[in-house]
Amino acid sequence: MKNIIVNLNKTFDHRVRLGIMSILMVNDWVDFKTLKEMLEVTDGRLASHIKALEAEAFIEVRKQFLGRKPNTSYSATVSGRKAFNDHLDALEKLLKMRD
Amino acid sequence: MTQNKQHHLNTLSEIRSLMERSSRFISLSGLSGVVAGTIALLGAIVAYIYLEVTPFDQQRIYYVEAPSATKWGMNFIQFFFLDAAVVLVTALSAGVFLTTRKAKQKGLKVWDATSKRLLINLLIPLITGGIFCLALLYHRFLGFVAPTTLIFYGLALVNASKFTLNDIRYLGISEIILGLIALFYLGYGLEFWAIGFGILHIFYGAIMYFKYERNEAVTV
Repeated sequence: MKNIIVNLNKTFDHRVRLGIMSILMVNDWVDFKTLKEMLEVTDGRLASHIKALEAEAFIEVRKQFLGRKPNTSYSATVSGRKAFNDHLDALEKLLKMRD
Repeated sequence: MTQNKQHHLNTLSEIRSLMERSSRFISLSGLSGVVAGTIALLGAIVAYIYLEVTPFDQQRIYYVEAPSATKWGMNFIQFFFLDAAVVLVTALSAGVFLTTRKAKQKGLKVWDATSKRLLINLLIPLITGGIFCLALLYHRFLGFVAPTTLIFYGLALVNASKFTLNDIRYLGISEIILGLIALFYLGYGLEFWAIGFGILHIFYGAIMYFKYERNEAVTV
C-alpha cells in the first residue's frame, strides 16, 4: 500500500499536467496552440503547468521560427515517459485493490 | 475509497480519450463512405450505358468498343474523364460535408494536426499511384490502370489508417487484394472499379456508421 502511494507522482497530481503528458506520450512534437485547444485551458494556466513539467525535466522545449512567427513545441523526455508510465501503473494497481 | 476509485477511473478514461483525440482523426464519417460508394456505382452504371455493355458480359469489350464509341456528343476519352471527374468531385464533397458535420457534433475541429497528418499520409501513395497510372496511359498499358488505381488506393488507406479509425486499414487491405486479383483479369476494369470504389466503400462505410455514429445520432 505504501509503495503504491509513493509511485503516484506528485507532479502529475493535476488534470492539466496529466493532459499534457497524455498528448505528448502519443505525439512527437506538439505546439502550444494545439495543446491549448486540446485541453481547453487559458494561455497562462497552460504555461504554468508546462513550466512545472519542464522543471522536472519531464518535457523538453523547442523554439523555432515558422516564417516570421515564433513557434514553441514540446516533447516528452525519456525520464518523463518513464515517470508517466510509472504513475499510470500505480493508478492501475490502486484500482485493482479492493475497497 | 470508492469515491477515490471513481476519481482514478475518470482520470484514466480522460487520459485515454486525450491520447486518442490527439493522435488520430476520429471524426471520419462512415456515412460518407456509403454516399461515395453509391455515387461510384452510379458513375459505373452511366459508363455501362454509354458503352452499351453489361457487367461481366464479354472480356476486353472496352478495347474493341471504347475507341470507336461516340455518344451524347462526346468521344470515349471525353466521356470517361467527365464521368470520373463528376464522381470524384461529388463523392469528395459529400465526404467533406458529412465529416465536417460529424466533427461539429462531437465538438472537434476538422482541420487540425491529426487531419493534416492523415491527409499527408494518404496523399503520398495516392499521388505516386496517380503518376504511375499516367505513365501506364502514356505507354498505352490501358488494361493495367484499373488494378493499379485499386492497389495504390489500398496502400494509401493502409498508410493513412494509423492516423484515423482502424476500420480504414481493413478497407485498404480489401482494396489491395481486389487490385491484385484484377491484375490477373485484365479487361474487367470497370467491374473491379465498381466493386472497389462502390461496394467496398458502402460495406465498410455502413460498418463504421453502425459502429460509431448511429448511437450518437440518436443522442445528439
